[in-house]
Amino acid sequence: MKGVRHYPGFLAMAVACLAILYVPLIVVMVYSFNDSTSITTWGGFSWRWYADVFTGPEAPRFKAAAWNSITIAVLAASAATTIAVAASLAMIRGGRFRGKSATFALINLPLMVPEIVTAVATLIFFSTIALTTGYMTILIAHVVFCIPFAYLPIAARLQGIEDSYEQAARDLYATQWQAFRLVLLPLMLPGVVSGFLLAFIISLDDFIITNFVKGAGMETLPTAIFGSVKQGIKPNIMAISTMMLAVSILFVTLSYYVNRIGQRTRS
Amino acid sequence: MSTAIEIRSAVKRYGTTTALHSISLEIADNEFFTLLGPSGCGKTTLLRCIAGFEDLNEGEIRLFGRDIARLDPNHRPVNTVFQQYALFPHMTVLENVAFGLKMKGMGLADRTARAGKMLEMVHLSAFANRMPAQLSGGQQQRVALARALAPEPKVLLLDEPLSALDLKLRQAMRVELKTLQEQSGITFVFVTHDQEEALTMSDRIAVMSQGRVQQVGSARDIYEAPVNRFVADFIGETNLLEVTVDTVSGAVAKVTLPGGQKITCPAAQGVMPGKHHLSIRPERISLAAEGELEAVVERIVYLGTDLQILTHLTTGEAFHVRMQNLARIALPAPGDRVALQIEEGAARLLAD
Amino acid sequence: MAGMAPESGTGGGGKAGLGYRKLIGPLLVPTWVMIGIFLVLPVMLMAVYSFLTKEFRGGVVWDFTLAAYDQFFLNRGLFGDEPPVIEWTYITIFWRSIWQAAVATLICLAVGFPTAWFIATRPPKSRAIWLFLITVPYWVNLLIRTVSLKFLIRDNGPLNESLMAIGLISDPLPLVNTNLAVQLGLFYSYLPFMVLPIYAAVERYNFALSEAAADLYASRWVTLREIVLPVVKPGIIAGCILVFVPSLGAFLAPDLLGGAKTFMIGSLIDEQFRGSQGNWPFGAAAAMILMTLVLIVLMVYARAQNKAEAR
Repeated sequence: MKGVRHYPGFLAMAVACLAILYVPLIVVMVYSFNDSTSITTWGGFSWRWYADVFTGPEAPRFKAAAWNSITIAVLAASAATTIAVAASLAMIRGGRFRGKSATFALINLPLMVPEIVTAVATLIFFSTIALTTGYMTILIAHVVFCIPFAYLPIAARLQGIEDSYEQAARDLYATQWQAFRLVLLPLMLPGVVSGFLLAFIISLDDFIITNFVKGAGMETLPTAIFGSVKQGIKPNIMAISTMMLAVSILFVTLSYYVNRIGQRTRS
Repeated sequence: MSTAIEIRSAVKRYGTTTALHSISLEIADNEFFTLLGPSGCGKTTLLRCIAGFEDLNEGEIRLFGRDIARLDPNHRPVNTVFQQYALFPHMTVLENVAFGLKMKGMGLADRTARAGKMLEMVHLSAFANRMPAQLSGGQQQRVALARALAPEPKVLLLDEPLSALDLKLRQAMRVELKTLQEQSGITFVFVTHDQEEALTMSDRIAVMSQGRVQQVGSARDIYEAPVNRFVADFIGETNLLEVTVDTVSGAVAKVTLPGGQKITCPAAQGVMPGKHHLSIRPERISLAAEGELEAVVERIVYLGTDLQILTHLTTGEAFHVRMQNLARIALPAPGDRVALQIEEGAARLLAD
Repeated sequence: MAGMAPESGTGGGGKAGLGYRKLIGPLLVPTWVMIGIFLVLPVMLMAVYSFLTKEFRGGVVWDFTLAAYDQFFLNRGLFGDEPPVIEWTYITIFWRSIWQAAVATLICLAVGFPTAWFIATRPPKSRAIWLFLITVPYWVNLLIRTVSLKFLIRDNGPLNESLMAIGLISDPLPLVNTNLAVQLGLFYSYLPFMVLPIYAAVERYNFALSEAAADLYASRWVTLREIVLPVVKPGIIAGCILVFVPSLGAFLAPDLLGGAKTFMIGSLIDEQFRGSQGNWPFGAAAAMILMTLVLIVLMVYARAQNKAEAR
């Protein structure tokens, strides 16, 4: 007799679920090492498309796009994380105050508004205030939608830290700033790192909003890939995709481990 | 003896609920003072107001004459031992103990030396470089104590510091805490809901309930001469009987018991003739050939060192008697009619 | 913003000594400024734009008109002089989007519920691994995932090739540019959103309830229908919302996997802002209608949630 937790077929569904999620990615990963110029036939293992990404005719375009993507992601994630840390201190440590639920809704707004609507609204706004679309407009838009992603893990972490640590610090003659810098911030750090990493990936991955506010001639990796894919999937795109895949997985794994360490230090 | 802490008409409100109703207290220097009461009585709130984690709505808190009620916690020369210790998990034991000294601006060498000495005092020198998570509950407790004492506070506040320990450790720590207080000469303000803890360690106890101080006195005072039903009932066990007070003169009253017998007994302040409650401790009563009360035995409960005899009076009230488990006594059987004799001065007339 | 001052005397218990109450304003200003100016204000401006007059080659003229909404809902003939009848072109696109999103949501539920249940009933260690595996794809670039799916299911892609190789089919299945491809793409994009909230609900589920039901002669599947589903319903609804809402406004899946016949709201809006073919007020109006739809879904959800909590 199996327990009440067991349902026949659920294991198969779970395995199918993983297969659906991973097979397309694995197939692309495998084909990125295909020596053949045709994407349909397998011509043996090769690094040629990775070399092509860095030295081929499209290399300058991809390099510029990658540089934009990475610098924007670093800047946007840093800004969003800083803003989120400040906001979480007010929201979690500030007690009840008027406008708290409105502020909470505001923080989560970028998650509620459909991305395409945010994209349209932001483009209209920049065009109305006659701000030339480009690097700066992408950066601003990214900071906005990165805020909730940075906020969630930071606030969750802060919520789990009892007041008594800061009280103990204040009791032992620390000023508010010292209590924050020497006690609270170190304890929050896993949440802060986690928030930064998530914001970084979200920024790196964004296509729809970036595509609207990037302006002519400005590319990030996703818009560059989209542009290429419109003319058909080429092997060098698969190589880039595989590299981005690796970066994403690396960051999520990092974030996961930071959280695990955080959980251990808390208990 | 000088006054360490003087609290004057302290009021603390949360929205519409009042946690402290105009509390006034004086705590003497070098005293082991305990705030005792059930959860929600305001004892922890009062302690946190002294520490500075909560602001009073009204009133004053004076520390050796200086009003500190509006100061931030880091400007108050008092330190706290927290209920769950609140040891900084990312710092070593030594860094924890040295933290207050560092904040006060003491140099690295000096504060390391002093923190080392504090750890010696609590017998934890060997653990200086461990992290708090690697310590047992009892060891964490001692680190918290060392950390709070290191900056030489004028008053040490302890918020149920023993509640997270197991029974054996708790009993050992009581003695250790009391010794530490006597040696250091620092005033301890101790919060607990455990009456045994309060009775064994304190010089004086303030019994609190519903945001008010019910009674302040030595352990003996509050046990033997409770002022009201709450204190009588909360501290130890007691029998409460509704009686009629005939006359009061000074601290002595003449009362009529439920059975019609008249006795003379000590009375709390403010007792007027009329209906009042009488508190009689179960161990101050004996079964005798004749006595002030008549009762029927219901059940005899065997407690090892003691026997508890549950009865009800012939007038209906439940009443219990506690006696030492001696071999020579003859026990009544359930259903037997017995007379209860109240020890001289053992019945105490309460103010409510 | 002046109204954000702390309410004196209420709550905030235990925080007074930490000093963050008096810093609430300064700490929140960056959030208010960034999201307020660069998201709330733009959305309001977009609402205004939807009532402006279109200018050729993109952009607008600041003359207020209902033209965009008129064009969306009504057909006044080729020259605009015939009596108005309902214009079905755009309503059909919206209806198709809702339909596609609903189908994708149902597929996600059918696959996501058993998966979430299975994960939640694993021992803690393997549970963590399963959860990790389910969340990783969410963090992988959506564009890359969609392109990968297209690569896999295209006419002469690996899926068709291998099906033909083992002789299951003789001609490639025409998957790309069909409704099915778009549904598959949406399902694939948002599946983790379905699994995670249901997982959270099942993890909190008290399995003693199932045992009680079994004890009272209910079979496994009757228990699932009568006991489990009602109890974990909040998680299921949350998962459905999380899949349905982004699916409704999705752009990449329909654009890359679909064709003209599978045109969805996202593409319709996107088109209005591309080059000289564009019509900004019309795009803004379509975005407003999409946002209204999403808000209605979210409000119905919030109300149901409140009702459930009140119970």
